[in-house]
Order: sequence, then C-alpha cells, then structure tokens
Amino acid sequence: MKNLLRYILTRTLLTIPMLFILLTIVFVVIRVMPGDPVSAMLGGHAPDKVIEAKKVELGLNKPLLAQYGSYLLQVARLDLGGSMIFKQRVWEAIEDKLPATIELAFFGMLVTILVGVTLGAYAADHRRTGRDYAIRIYGIVIYCIPVFWLGLMFQMIFGVWLDLLPIAGRTGPRVFASTFEMTGFYILDTLLIWDLEALKDILVHLILPSLTLGLMLSGIFVRLTRANMLDVLRSDYILAAEARGLRHGKVVYKHGLMNAFVPILTMMGLQVSLLMAGAMLTETTFSWPGMGRLLLERIYLRDYPTIQGVIVVFALMVAFISLIVDVIYALVDPRVRY
Amino acid sequence: MRYSPSSNLGKVIGSLARMGRRYGAEWWILVAGGLIVGGIILMALLAPLLAPFDPHDQAAGPQLSPPGRAHPLGTDNLQRDVLSRIIFGARTILGVAIMAAIVTSLVGTITGLVSGFSGGVLDKILSLTMDSVYSFPGLILAVAFAAMLGPGIASITIAVAVVYIPTYFRLVRGQTLTIKEELYVEAARAIGAPPRVVLGKYIFPNVIATTVVVFTMSVGDAIMIEAALTYLGLGLPPDVVDWGMDLAMGKKFLPSGQWWLITFPGAMISLLALGFTMLGEGLAEILNPRLLER
Repeated sequence: MKNLLRYILTRTLLTIPMLFILLTIVFVVIRVMPGDPVSAMLGGHAPDKVIEAKKVELGLNKPLLAQYGSYLLQVARLDLGGSMIFKQRVWEAIEDKLPATIELAFFGMLVTILVGVTLGAYAADHRRTGRDYAIRIYGIVIYCIPVFWLGLMFQMIFGVWLDLLPIAGRTGPRVFASTFEMTGFYILDTLLIWDLEALKDILVHLILPSLTLGLMLSGIFVRLTRANMLDVLRSDYILAAEARGLRHGKVVYKHGLMNAFVPILTMMGLQVSLLMAGAMLTETTFSWPGMGRLLLERIYLRDYPTIQGVIVVFALMVAFISLIVDVIYALVDPRVRY
Repeated sequence: MRYSPSSNLGKVIGSLARMGRRYGAEWWILVAGGLIVGGIILMALLAPLLAPFDPHDQAAGPQLSPPGRAHPLGTDNLQRDVLSRIIFGARTILGVAIMAAIVTSLVGTITGLVSGFSGGVLDKILSLTMDSVYSFPGLILAVAFAAMLGPGIASITIAVAVVYIPTYFRLVRGQTLTIKEELYVEAARAIGAPPRVVLGKYIFPNVIATTVVVFTMSVGDAIMIEAALTYLGLGLPPDVVDWGMDLAMGKKFLPSGQWWLITFPGAMISLLALGFTMLGEGLAEILNPRLLER
C-alpha cells in the first residue's frame, strides 16, 4: 500500500514537467510565431493608436519573457483570461462545451472497447482462419477512413436515406436544454430530473457521433487486443485451464482476455490524444457543441486568448487522463509499482 | 542475351510469386499497397491527360448533376466536373503529404540519432519534450499551427510535419540505443573512430530500415491530417483543388441528397491512406518484424 502511494505521488510529480513543456509549446505557437493578433482582430486597417491601446490592455507590449511569466502564473491559478472578442471570461466559454466533449468521448470510447476488444479477442482465438483475416482487414481499413468522412457517410445513410437518426446537435428541437441543464452532462441532467422523454432524445442524438468516433479508434484496438491475446493464449495457465476441462469460451474470454486487458489499458492512455483529435472532427461533422467546435469558431474569429485557453484545457485533460490510466494500471497490476 | 519484354514480364511475375511464397500474406499486402499508391501517383502525374475537364471550369456541365455518361462522378454546385477535380486533387494531397514526411523524417532521424547516441542532459531534455508533444493530440496542435501560419500549402506542410516528428524521434532514438551497445560499434570506438564516423558509418545504416517503414506510414498519416485540416477549412486558398476542401463543400449538399459530392473525395482519401499504410505494414513485416510491436 505504501508502495502504491509512493508510485502515485511520483507519477503525479512527473506530470508537472510534461505540462510545463506543453504550456511552453502553446505559448510559442500562439505568441511568438509571426502574425499580430491585435491588428488581425481589428481588421488590419485600424489606426496605430487604437492598436497600441489594445496591446497595452492585453499586456502584449511587454517583453516576451514577461508575457511568458504572467501566462504561466495565470494558468497556475487556473485563470484562462478574458476573450478578446466577446465580453466573456474564457472559462465561461469552455465551461458549457467541455461536458459535451467529455460525453461524446466517453461513449466513443465505450464503442471502441466493445467493438475493438471483442473483435480482437475473437480474431486471436480463430488465428489464421478466414474470420481472423477479415477482422484484421477491417482493422486496417477502418483506421484509414478519415473520421469526418465516416461521419458524413453515416449521416447520409442513417440520416438522409433511411431517415432513422438525427444528424446534428445534442438535442432535438422540442427538448430544451435549459429546462434541465445543471451539470452540462445531459444524460446525468435528464436522469436527475427524471425526464425520460428528454433522455431518449439525447441518447438518440448520441448514437451516430459516438459510433463514428468509436469505430475510428476500434481499428487500433483490434490490432492491440489481437497481438496481446495471441501472447496470452500461448501461456501455460491457459493450457492448464483448458486441461482442467473448462469451457473454451470461458478460458478465452475470462482467463485470457482479463490478462490481456492490462496492456490494453495502458494503450488506452496513449490513445486519448487520438480520441480528442477525433472528437474535434466528429464535433464539426455533427454540429456537436463541444470544445473542438469552440476552438475552430474562435480560430476563425482570431480570438487568441480563447484559442490558447482551449488548447491549455486539452493539455490538462490529456495529462490528467494519462495520470489516471497509469494509476489504474498500478492498482490492477502490482508489478508496475516502484 | 536478347532483350525480350515478354520474358522479362514473366520473370517479374515469377519473382513476385517466389517472394509471395517466402513471406506469405505480408508480401501481398505490400504488393497491393504498392499498386494503390503507384496508381494514384500515376494519376496525379498524368492529370492533364486524364481529366476530361479543367478542374476550375465552371461551365463543365449542368449544376449538381448526378453521375452519368457525360460526368462519370457528377458535377458540383459550381458546375465543375467532380472526376476532374478528383484527378487534379491528388496532386495537392500527395505533394503536401510527401513533402511533410520528408521534412519530418529529416528532423526526426537527425534528432533521434544525436539524442540516442550522445545521451546525458541533451537526451533527457529532447526526450521529455518529444514525449510531451507526442502525448498531445497532434491534430489540435496542427490546427493551431496552420491557423497561426495563415493559409497556404507551405504552412499546412509545416503543420503536418511538426506533429509527426516525435514519432520518428522515438523510434530512431530507441533503435540507436540498442545498436549503440552492439559489439561492432564498441570495436569501432576501440580502434579510435571519432563519434561522427561511428554515428554515420556504423549506426545510421542500421537505422535506415526503420526510417523507410516509418516514412511510408507517416505519409499515410500525413494524408489524413492534410485532409482533416483542409476539411476544417484551415490551410489552402480556395483556388487550390483539394479533396478535403471538396468534401467540406459537398457537406452542405448532404441533406438535399447530392451524395456524389462527398462520397468520391472521401473514398479517395481513404484509398490513398490505405495504400500507404499497407505499403508500410508490408515493409515492416519484411524488413523488421518486431518494429511495430513496440
């Protein structure tokens, strides 16, 4: 137990340099690279005096190093500053978009695990059969299909041709989010006030986006699960379980998959960045009001503080999730603690 | 010996089949990937000869006509021929992806070699930086880069290149660390070879197989990032013909049922990415079977 605590503490401390480097990269990309945010914002032909005044107001006239320092301090206080375009704190803009992205990413991951891990384990169990090759080909092909195109095709098939599912937004026109919005996680919100009609509407809106996002990642998981399962199925305890006369399905999916799951879990931490990137593209295709769409909208408006804020939140999320995954890994597998 | 094309062709097919027996399924993946990539590169090179219309021609046919005899893949809302835009669009995506992959492989290989070989503080700092970038969503970083650099083929190439450098770096560094411990490297050092020679003559040649595989796969990934950036509307000026941009334009006509505007550009992006991925997978299995397991 003491070892575990020490591991968690070390791992948490290790996140700090990583975050620091990411924050520095964000700063370099947004502030140091060519392009003047203020004149871009004011349209390019504003008088110099107005531009200077705006720069002083935003602190952009100070030397870069001072700007860098105050930027780090700001982030350390979890203050993301104010928008340059709207009378709004950056955090306010992010606050109601973040739950939308998390909800989408969560259900996307669920689809990935259900599809990817099941198919991967099945392929490993039927190694070198037609089914195995078919699943491996699925894994490669689905990885190469751009997630936004997959979304568009789903919209076309299920939304336009079959007219079964909605293709845009988080809710339908008759369900107003404001009547139940508390946490921003709509599923949670509708459950809290027990509005099943609204819950159904929200789940229906989730189907296509989370299927799109989940299938995109499933290719990688098919491959990973298959490779890990092949190793596990060769080991002695599987042979022992078979020898004891256990049902084959039980050996493969209980004894085998449970052991193959630990490395898969670590890979999940690494795929978080792909999940976030995929979420951004899925949000654009499905008009899903999340972080990715916010980032793009503000890029078109050249609202630099908000762009910076959104990217910082993405960085925090990635660091946080990989920390959680590593801690879970340590809890599940005592061998990784030090 | 007399030159005879038919017997040469026979030899080629014969040796392909021999290789197929030797390496199994991986060889056929490699061949299929090579055919897809070769076909699309040929299409891009011969675009002016193959395309029935000018890709910018706004009077190529009726507006939004479905695929038919005159326009095999239909026309778009500006009366342009979709097939011609597909053929010319291959030039943009291939150009950006291959340029980006070249920049990435140069920077990634050099930093990876130096970092792995020199060790010490430099290695620690470089590794930590690359790992941090690696863990961050590459597309989001690329979006920020492309947005800050402004529209243009050059800026999109840089954006795509930057996000893939860490992948290269990690692989090349890992390989360098292993090779550095080999006996022949130690022997070279023992006879007094300077670090430059050890790195260039003894370590680099052994890393080449890795970089070839990663290069092919990185072109596949670069294709997806390029398409994503142009789909999101970042990157290219409107007069460039590009699959991602056509996809974004066609998206507006999806609810009214004009399926051909999104189906064909997207299918081409997938096919091209698939070609490079298969090529990379095949090469990996044949050159270095353990590479992708890491």
